[in-house]
Amino acid sequence: MSNSQMIQTDLNSVLTLEELAEIDHELEHIPYKSGASIDALKIVQSSRGWVSDECLQAIAKHLEMSSEELEGVATFYNLIYRRPVGDNVVLFCDSVSCWINGCDDIKEMISQKLGVDYGETTSDNAYTLLPVPCLGACDRAPVMMVGDDLVTHLDRETIDTIFANKESGSET
Amino acid sequence: MEKVLTRNISPGKAPTDIAAYEANGGYSALRKAMTVMSPDDCRQVISDSNLRGRGGAGFPTGMKWSFVPMGDKCSPGHKYLVCNADEMEPGTFKDRLLMEFDPHQLIEGMILSAYCIGADISYIFIRGEYVVAIERLRAALADCYARGYLGENILGSGYKLEMHVHPSAGRYICGEETALINALEGKRANPRAKPPFPQVSGLWGRPTIVNNVETLCNIPHIIDRGADWFKGLGVGEDAGTKLFGVSGRVKNPGCWELPMGTSVREILEDHAGGMQDGLQLKGFLPGGGSTDFLTRDHLDLAMDYNVIGKAGSRMGTGTMIILDDKTCPVGMVLNLIRFFAHESCGFCTPCRDGLPWSRQVLEDIENGRGKKEDLDTLEYQIKYIGAIGNTHCALAPGAMEPLQSALKYFREDFEHHISGRACPYRSVGGS
Repeated sequence: MSNSQMIQTDLNSVLTLEELAEIDHELEHIPYKSGASIDALKIVQSSRGWVSDECLQAIAKHLEMSSEELEGVATFYNLIYRRPVGDNVVLFCDSVSCWINGCDDIKEMISQKLGVDYGETTSDNAYTLLPVPCLGACDRAPVMMVGDDLVTHLDRETIDTIFANKESGSET
Repeated sequence: MEKVLTRNISPGKAPTDIAAYEANGGYSALRKAMTVMSPDDCRQVISDSNLRGRGGAGFPTGMKWSFVPMGDKCSPGHKYLVCNADEMEPGTFKDRLLMEFDPHQLIEGMILSAYCIGADISYIFIRGEYVVAIERLRAALADCYARGYLGENILGSGYKLEMHVHPSAGRYICGEETALINALEGKRANPRAKPPFPQVSGLWGRPTIVNNVETLCNIPHIIDRGADWFKGLGVGEDAGTKLFGVSGRVKNPGCWELPMGTSVREILEDHAGGMQDGLQLKGFLPGGGSTDFLTRDHLDLAMDYNVIGKAGSRMGTGTMIILDDKTCPVGMVLNLIRFFAHESCGFCTPCRDGLPWSRQVLEDIENGRGKKEDLDTLEYQIKYIGAIGNTHCALAPGAMEPLQSALKYFREDFEHHISGRACPYRSVGGS
């Protein structure tokens, strides 16, 4: 976290009124403010794609908890992003049933097609590739999620169709 | 066989909305409970039914509920019912089906269960990736409030209950009930020390019951039709039906509702269609990634908690993962240990540091760098990481289950990797 940035930013103006209203709505059924920490992180992430240092500090202030404590929460969970992600996050299942059905090869195909490895974002910012624990669709393995959509029975054809506008990692 | 949990679910059929659910007898159990049954009556029926938790541990549901302080014995304040819909056990895909295609069955089960323990607030703690289920559950909750099945004075009974859908931010450990409670409180999902047990001091320090989706889906049917009917559904020792699943390289992977006690062979051969052409069954994990391997010798066992337990494994979630003869057992165990090492919450040392150590040893073996002593190292890890009591929760002991049984049944495969300095399966077209 950059200290200079922390000092210069007025934390009261970081979150939008809509975000604050949504967070306060969650607080209605939670007896302690810090109890809404994960909800608040998700609310901010849903409008901005990820949670920046500034946002994290602003949420912590709003929920009357230390930013260190909130950072501990934010970095614990798989689906809270503390770095910018692309327009679509690709959650690639690499758990056991998908592995038996050849997901390692599929992952290589995706990496080649998009030109990214796990944790990386394509140069046009369209996709971020992340591994995810078992997606609970093992009868349709291998599977992944692209944004909110579950994509099943992955093979070269489905990968080519989904990432049709992508050619071996080059920008389109 | 009579379909119970999936009576509203068929391949190709649209998800069941409130009208279709009611038309097929839905919410009649709730009406019955709200008009002629006390919470005590309802709890008694569930206890008598011998329903056991479907999340993996198989703990008797009625007994779990019996530890919740009731009436004068409970200090004033909220009580909570939480549905554990954080389906993240590798190879498990049953709760997704129940929530996506019949959300009202779960909600009715939750209202009844909350009534049984006197809860006034309930949560569906669901993994964030289950986007469709989250949407359908939220829509279903709105319908329930509109019809008076939720909210103040449910069906004029005086009982009140609110229900919320809480999408998780993701981590396998959230499936552990006390870790789940910490996640609901907005904290890191480290499991809590027990006692106190959640039934006495759970969410926000108040009495809390956490039950799995499938467990809760059974409740309306038991209330509606009674304990004896439920017990009669099983064909073995255990009561009721169960969603059994099969994944891996079989002809027809899927999930089916079958009587509790159905044999492994019937599930694998009749429902999953047997192995894909050219493949033989080598072993299987009976109920998710944290259960011990069984082999062809166990095909005629009944899928009952005690029967599978006596054979040295656990029925777990009842969703089997099949190992075929062209898939490397060392690679499969490595995949599982990698998962558990990644998903360790980091709270206790044997799990946080032990699982990555196991992963490292397995990586060496799988990649042809293994030494003979590595097998002793793995045995040592199994002994110390796998013993309940050495770790803060059951994650690491669960992780050791597929490893210890792989060493027992497939030891030659480990030895071949070491002596041949390579994975023998990679040259025969396996993974």
